[in-house]
Amino acid sequence: MSPAPIVDARALHKHFGHLHVLRGVDLQVAERELVFLIGPSGSGKSTLLRCLNRLEEPTSGSVTVDGIDMLDPRTDINKARQRIGMVFQSFNLYPHMTALGNVALALRKVRGLSRAEAEAKARAALERVHLADRAEHYPLQLSGGQQQRVAIARAIALEPRVMLFDEPTSALDPELVGGVLAVMRELREDGMTMVVVSHEMGFARAAADRVVFMADGMIVETGRPEEIFTAPQHERTRAFISQIERH
Amino acid sequence: MTGWDRFTDSFFNARVMAEYLPKIIDGFWLTVWLALLIIATGLVLGLALALLRAFGIRPLNWLIVFAVDLFRALPPLVIIVLLYFGLPNAGVELSGFVASWLALTLVLMAFAEEIFWAGITSVPKGQWEAARSTGLGFLQTLAYVVLPQALRITIPPLTNRTIAITKGTALASVVAVPDILGAANAGVSFSFNPSPLTLGAIAYLILFFPVVVLGRWIETRFAWKR
Repeated sequence: MSPAPIVDARALHKHFGHLHVLRGVDLQVAERELVFLIGPSGSGKSTLLRCLNRLEEPTSGSVTVDGIDMLDPRTDINKARQRIGMVFQSFNLYPHMTALGNVALALRKVRGLSRAEAEAKARAALERVHLADRAEHYPLQLSGGQQQRVAIARAIALEPRVMLFDEPTSALDPELVGGVLAVMRELREDGMTMVVVSHEMGFARAAADRVVFMADGMIVETGRPEEIFTAPQHERTRAFISQIERH
Repeated sequence: MTGWDRFTDSFFNARVMAEYLPKIIDGFWLTVWLALLIIATGLVLGLALALLRAFGIRPLNWLIVFAVDLFRALPPLVIIVLLYFGLPNAGVELSGFVASWLALTLVLMAFAEEIFWAGITSVPKGQWEAARSTGLGFLQTLAYVVLPQALRITIPPLTNRTIAITKGTALASVVAVPDILGAANAGVSFSFNPSPLTLGAIAYLILFFPVVVLGRWIETRFAWKR
């Protein structure tokens, strides 16, 4: 019997008005596992990711992360979210704060650390994404790739149990993608549990334990990267894979 | 007497100016005091309403929007006159100073609320999501992430609106407040010479010109660092 999954989402449904975006999704992620979510746009993969830390409220179903029932109204959601780091497609760094300030904010205001302690931890986090020398820079003074690495530092500084990546490289110029993927790979090697929505197939092949293919709000197929990419079982998966491999 | 002499005698009559200068100076300080009070209460109330509105409580927001639209639609002079001449009928006697303060505070509150609100809503949703995803609460996100960005955006329109409304302190002269314009008007009536009005105009320039320049400086000061 394998240990209980660290992320356990069951029978998730999400409606946006009359749109039925998630139609009964089950997703379990084991500790130290890297799961890749792929699928055509509108398939619900980002919504699924955002339901895991309750940025999106599922219409029905259950989400448990690290043993915490995320949908229970009695759950202190702000406390629970500290265990779940999230990285966004558009970085969403705070433009009025330096890189250091971005990373230190939650350490100070959520963790309640002193300024000195928070900044020490923040510097260590920036070190992990190889941006220690950019600590005093404002987001607009950094390249897109550097901004995304600061965003990763902001999330890992809180020592989360799980990291969620929502298309972390989609907004980047091609030459900046590598630096972000390298940092993600190091995180993986350090044993971080990760759920990644992305179309970086090369990275998925090299680093993912499991690839989940979604379409129309449902999980169509799941398997090891080589299975999904070279021998997909379903027609939808085949069509999607051949489409993205053409690019 | 040539036309030029008549002109200087009317608007730059040194004897009349010297006589009424002390009154204008008193009026100057009264205007400063009234303007500062209006700015303080108007901006604080406007920000408070905008923050209240951020909670998204429907009936409360309708009320806020109604009040804001009301005080944006009414001419400030009408509000001053209503408070000063109307309220005594309801048993509330306000001095001209208090009526003017209250009226212009309500007007500045209304415009400031709209400007602050526009600033808050202009901050991208992703900023809220990023902050909340790190465990910051609603109020913490508002205070540390959203408001500092919103305030930067609001500074230019807010400065303009604040200047426009505090210049409305001149309306207080209508309800017998001896502000700059009130003092100047009184001077004109007593001396049969408009020179006190020239002094008044100079006093307004001395008061508001630095404010306009300060507004410009604040705008550049708060631009994003890049």
